[in-house]
Amino acid sequence: MGIYLPIAEISVNVFVLLAMGAAVGFLSGMFGVGGGFLITPLLIFYNIPPAIAVATGANQVIASSFSGALSHFKRGTLDFKLGGVLLAGGIVGSTAGIYVFALLRRLGQLDLFISLLYVALLGTVGGLMLVESVNALRASRSGAAPVLKKSGQHNWIHRLPFKMRFRASKLFVSVIPVLGLGAAIGFLSSIMGVGGGFIMVPALIYLLKVPTNVVIGTSLFQIIFTSAYTTLVHATTNQTVDVILAFLLMAGGVAGAQYGAKAGQRLRGEQLRALLAMLVLAVAIRLAVDLFATPPNLYSLSAAGLN
Amino acid sequence: MAGPRAFAAAASLSMLFALSPATAQTPPTESIQIGLSTDAISITAGFSGADLTIFGSLENPDPLIARQGRYDVVVVLEGPPRPVVVRRKDRVLGVWINLDSEAFENVPVSYSVATTRPLQDIAEPAKYKQLSLGAQNLYMKPVDETDSPATIEEFTAALRERKTATGLYSENVGGVQFLSQNLFRATVRLAPNVPVGTHKARAFLFKSGMFVKESSAQLEIRKSGFEQSIFRVAHDYSFLYGVFAVSLAMLTGWLGRLIFRKD
Repeated sequence: MGIYLPIAEISVNVFVLLAMGAAVGFLSGMFGVGGGFLITPLLIFYNIPPAIAVATGANQVIASSFSGALSHFKRGTLDFKLGGVLLAGGIVGSTAGIYVFALLRRLGQLDLFISLLYVALLGTVGGLMLVESVNALRASRSGAAPVLKKSGQHNWIHRLPFKMRFRASKLFVSVIPVLGLGAAIGFLSSIMGVGGGFIMVPALIYLLKVPTNVVIGTSLFQIIFTSAYTTLVHATTNQTVDVILAFLLMAGGVAGAQYGAKAGQRLRGEQLRALLAMLVLAVAIRLAVDLFATPPNLYSLSAAGLN
Repeated sequence: MAGPRAFAAAASLSMLFALSPATAQTPPTESIQIGLSTDAISITAGFSGADLTIFGSLENPDPLIARQGRYDVVVVLEGPPRPVVVRRKDRVLGVWINLDSEAFENVPVSYSVATTRPLQDIAEPAKYKQLSLGAQNLYMKPVDETDSPATIEEFTAALRERKTATGLYSENVGGVQFLSQNLFRATVRLAPNVPVGTHKARAFLFKSGMFVKESSAQLEIRKSGFEQSIFRVAHDYSFLYGVFAVSLAMLTGWLGRLIFRKD
């Protein structure tokens, strides 16, 4: 069944989009990630213009993170104060990102920049995860107990000024890295259409030493608002949010996430991480191939005076 | 999805009167008229292209020339003019990057031509250049005219090629048919991605390779339907649209949890 997307201005198949949403939702439920970093490249592979894929991806992320954050709110595993400071940084980063987005679009370099960022980020994250999970798998097979890193150790981040107390996270750190991390995630959200959970979660755990139980809830809380802000600004400045497209992805996504979460409980952590790493790497490689392959048309047209 | 609407364009037949003996000495000048049955067309989101028929008539044709088939008509449906940027990808460190570009002012978004015969058989190429007639002869004004002529020519050719490849520029040879000595019917193609806005239908009359007269009419193309309403809201009330998109996402997330809740 075909449907015409009003903003993307192309006809697409409803079932392909629902399936795409469900597949990404399944994975996000299984791995506990938002899935924005998979949705945007998939949409680009499906010939949705990158500018629309990014803005709509940000919109779609709200649904999955809102659903997830509600669960964490009920369980009380959400640090509102930490989330709020991250969010303040996120708004600044997102605003800067939107500006860069519009500028790159005017210069005709937006598509390239989005692809490059995806290749770099997904390549790095996927590579690191794969190495880590393969090592963990090997260690568990040889029967050795996994070596735990000492959690009490402080790094340079904990020597920065402007310290603030985050009671729910049992944390006393400088606001500078928290704001900076929020800003970086906001920037990526507006340029890549991702929630940024796949960067935020490890950064909170390893850099800020936030207890693992509040990390996901807090990250989701911040992502809701950063993506909501990003969606709003993209809608007003670039008119690139396609609600029909976003809704189809969300509808598939929320359903898929439930089955993914069940499937995830049956797999072991290292195996899950290795699978996710391979998936992330596959997307990065596919995008990289497109960058190097000779395009069918060297010339492209675009409306002048865009934005 | 609604299918393509059928287009009907009725003839605007001018009153034809018999040649009086007086006109035999001073041949009357021929002229051309075209008529559209409607001044606006609505297309729906599922529009997959269509043919638009335009009727027209010759006035005061010379019966001898008409019999010899030496009258030629070229009908053009020209989309609204818009500025456009043409970019060329080049390899930098193995990666294909948009490097050079050329901006043009007021390039018709679409340009459909229908002719009685192939353009090259109707008149001299110089004539078309002068009239800026035909996709290959259309004058495209670069924003920066100081660029080298070779560059401008390269990008102009690329612009034409891209427009033709996407069906926005088309040529229908034999698309103009004389139904009688005076009456003709022109069929121009509307591409699936035909732009909305004011289109201009123009008819050019040639007699034995010489340009005689031009006539034009305006046609408004609008999009209608649910999808178009969304598009309009997204552009006219973009902030409210954004708020709606965010609320819809939150509602979907909340409902999803409600339906599939496990805790």
